[in-house]
Amino acid sequence: MNTETMSVARMRRRPGLQLGLYGTLLPPLVWMTLLYFVPIALLLIYSFWRLESFEIVQTFSLDNFKTIASNAAYRRVLVRTVAIALGVTVIDAAIALPLGYFITRHGGRYRQLLTLLVILPLWSSYLVRVFAWKIILGYNGVINTVLLSLGILTTPSQAFLYNSFAVTLTFVHVWLPFMILPVITAFEQLPTSLLEASADLNARPWTTFRRIILPLVMPGVLAGSINVFALTMGDFITPSLVGGASDIMLGNVIASQFGVSYNWPLGAAFALVVMAIVFSGLAIVLRRGALETL
Amino acid sequence: MTPAVRPRQPPRPWLLGSIAVLIYGFLNAPIAVLVIMSFNDSAILSLPFRGVTLDWYWTTFGDTAIQASLLNSLKVAAAATLGATTLGLLAAFAVYRYSFFGKTSFRIALNLPILLPGIVTGVAMLAYFSQLGLGLSLGTVMVGHVIFGLPVAFGPILARLSQFPRSLEEAAYDLGARPGQVYRGVIFPYIRSAVIAGALLAFTLSFDEVVVTLFLTGRENTLPMEIWSRLRTDITPEIAAVATLVLAASTLLVLMSQWIAHTDEVV
Amino acid sequence: MKESLSQNSAIYLDAVTKVYPTAKGDFYAVREVSLDVQPGEFYSLLGSSGSGKTTTLRLIGGFEIPEYGEVYIGGEVVTESRPFQRNVHTVFQDYALFPHLTVAENVAYPLTVAGVNRSDIAPRLQEALKLVQIPDLGDRRPSQLSGGQRQRVALARALINRPQVLLLDEPLSALDAQIREAVRQELRQLQRQTGITFVYVTHDQEEALALSDRIAVMHSGRVEQVGPPSEIYENPASLFVAQFIGQANFLTGAVVAAAGAATPTVTVAVNGRLIQAIALNHDVPVVGATATLMIRPERISLSASPADNQVGGKIVDVTYIGQRVESLIDTPVGLMKVVQLCRSPAIGESVTLGWQRDRCILLPGFADPTLSPK
Repeated sequence: MNTETMSVARMRRRPGLQLGLYGTLLPPLVWMTLLYFVPIALLLIYSFWRLESFEIVQTFSLDNFKTIASNAAYRRVLVRTVAIALGVTVIDAAIALPLGYFITRHGGRYRQLLTLLVILPLWSSYLVRVFAWKIILGYNGVINTVLLSLGILTTPSQAFLYNSFAVTLTFVHVWLPFMILPVITAFEQLPTSLLEASADLNARPWTTFRRIILPLVMPGVLAGSINVFALTMGDFITPSLVGGASDIMLGNVIASQFGVSYNWPLGAAFALVVMAIVFSGLAIVLRRGALETL
Repeated sequence: MTPAVRPRQPPRPWLLGSIAVLIYGFLNAPIAVLVIMSFNDSAILSLPFRGVTLDWYWTTFGDTAIQASLLNSLKVAAAATLGATTLGLLAAFAVYRYSFFGKTSFRIALNLPILLPGIVTGVAMLAYFSQLGLGLSLGTVMVGHVIFGLPVAFGPILARLSQFPRSLEEAAYDLGARPGQVYRGVIFPYIRSAVIAGALLAFTLSFDEVVVTLFLTGRENTLPMEIWSRLRTDITPEIAAVATLVLAASTLLVLMSQWIAHTDEVV
Repeated sequence: MKESLSQNSAIYLDAVTKVYPTAKGDFYAVREVSLDVQPGEFYSLLGSSGSGKTTTLRLIGGFEIPEYGEVYIGGEVVTESRPFQRNVHTVFQDYALFPHLTVAENVAYPLTVAGVNRSDIAPRLQEALKLVQIPDLGDRRPSQLSGGQRQRVALARALINRPQVLLLDEPLSALDAQIREAVRQELRQLQRQTGITFVYVTHDQEEALALSDRIAVMHSGRVEQVGPPSEIYENPASLFVAQFIGQANFLTGAVVAAAGAATPTVTVAVNGRLIQAIALNHDVPVVGATATLMIRPERISLSASPADNQVGGKIVDVTYIGQRVESLIDTPVGLMKVVQLCRSPAIGESVTLGWQRDRCILLPGFADPTLSPK
């Protein structure tokens, strides 16, 4: 080989321009950037503006956040929203675990049907599902009717509706499928041999559940938890339908600031607070390595 | 012959089974209540049950406001599904096929609209459109629905694509197929059921969406908006009838898609 | 020289290098590999996993593009052309049958995508199915086939439009041990019958020795030796090839004498014993250099008849393996393995081992002690 062919042979080939990459990546990226990421960024900017005599003043200030921090009523709403969201998440997880275990281990050939029955409520209108709880819990509701006919109550009780119990119960119901589905997926990926190995090594069922099953389905539980937590954090339909006057949540506040109160900067600041709380929840979930199941 | 000996039965999970029955009851009781109430011969959506009637269904079929809003919902959901599925498919391909800078961030960012509460998406886009001086209409609702529909379609498609054996694609190229032929003849049949599942999910979510729609809609109502406005004013069993019809229609749709997926598996 | 090679070879690789960037820097999957495969040849790429054999095959198939070097198929440069532009077909390790198509649709796929008329496809399809002896399976789905049948479908599909070269990526590895040997025979027959050049990737040395006209032994992305099976086995070019192919005894020592010109005889001192060997593939080492000798176990006799090299020893272990008997013998030069037919010596018996010097191959360097018989 002479030196000339040598130098030609040593030239490194580079992969060509990846048209396919740009063709597939750019449309969704541009769409999401222009119509979602930019609006979110704008919301961020809005939260640092302020409203003065019904005019939005476009200068940087922390007024909105000071208002949220100093107003006791706002602080109560904030704490109540987080408390209800956490409570709903924990209850849903506690319900989803035994059901997920039952469907995957004992569902047999009915497994698909049983899974379908979990999703079934999602196919009717969300608003009407929330409203159904009003029919169940109300003064003339199902529960009162049943209790009266059983003779347990003599007059209908008003204790079931328009309080945080009703709000929590309704949330637990409407978001339950979003917890059960990832939990079922997690159970399906759990090899039976691990459970058999644990039993073979003389672990009792409860020990197997605690030491083997729970850690392995945790990614599914966490994925479901972030769903349920985020959905509850931002909802305002349920509190306004089944909650009392003192049960409003952050969602109601944001909706009213962007609606009747017409204080968009303050609403944006509240939205930012919601985002920050959900992101910290997400950060915990991501740290536990649950991204793949999302 | 000896008296029939009963074969030994495996122990049955009675406790777990009872818990499961209770949970299913909790999940589906409100739906059952709604369906029953839709037949209630009463002027208000509440107990007591005063007898069976189909009047509320006839009312629904004659209700022009419900019909108009249903048509709007179908329009929005169809457009949103088409947009979300197309963009989701492209994004899933980009993630599956190529390595590029910020791929993990891209995946997480695409999922943000379903990770963050809908109200954040709603108010952010409302503020954006107002800043741009864009009027609200069904068009803005569609755009909003594509935004949260995209990750919904993207998820199952990417999951299926990542199971696609690369060797199938290489075999097709090796045997002389062009990129277009490989996509149509080999890749798409493999991911078809996931694309349908993703599209269906995007459709159902869009059809039932309240929060984002509430902020982005103009004068024209979608079906959930129509229901929302009635839930706060005149509450008749007609709403329950509408909900029952929606439930029946979506059950039919989902069973159909299950059937398609099933025939897919046989193939 | 190179021009004629690239013109006349079925496949010619000219110093191809495939580099994958990794976090720890570049990884060379294939490093300056040059090969020429003659038309009609059954050519094997043999190596363990990570040796670069599959990457080499993928470079020929067009699934990878080398950073350096050129790939010639039938005398033409195809280095950067796409797989569908090359007239070579691959039988994949997992067969890669399209699950949504029937056997017939799978086999006819190359014709379908090329736009061949439906009426012209049918006879060729039947011919291809007959060639691999599954004429009646056309309507089945891949999921309804056994492993052996899938392999035949993959073969028929790759052969239907008569490629210049057929590439096979470990096609027997997914099969049960019982049918593997039968399918091996059929593969060899199919190759003779069709006259198509086969390039066959395997990690199974027995398979490669049984099937191939020529073998390229690969190691760490490089070609260690190319030659017919007998040459690879009898006369390995490197310590790696000697250790990778078959069983062998390795003796390491210092060269004390080297003489002769045509077949240089070398004398090596191993633990004080002088052993004679020949240096076939290598330059004659200088006196004092370290050298390793390789003796195949079946080349050692236990009869007392005179031989160039003789050592006494005591049998420490005997393994009976059907037609042959393996004995492990403790000798002054170390543990030696001997393979014999029929005779079964007893443990503890004293024997004399003898072997001719032309069966004792000299290799440079030290043997890996883990590969000595135990």
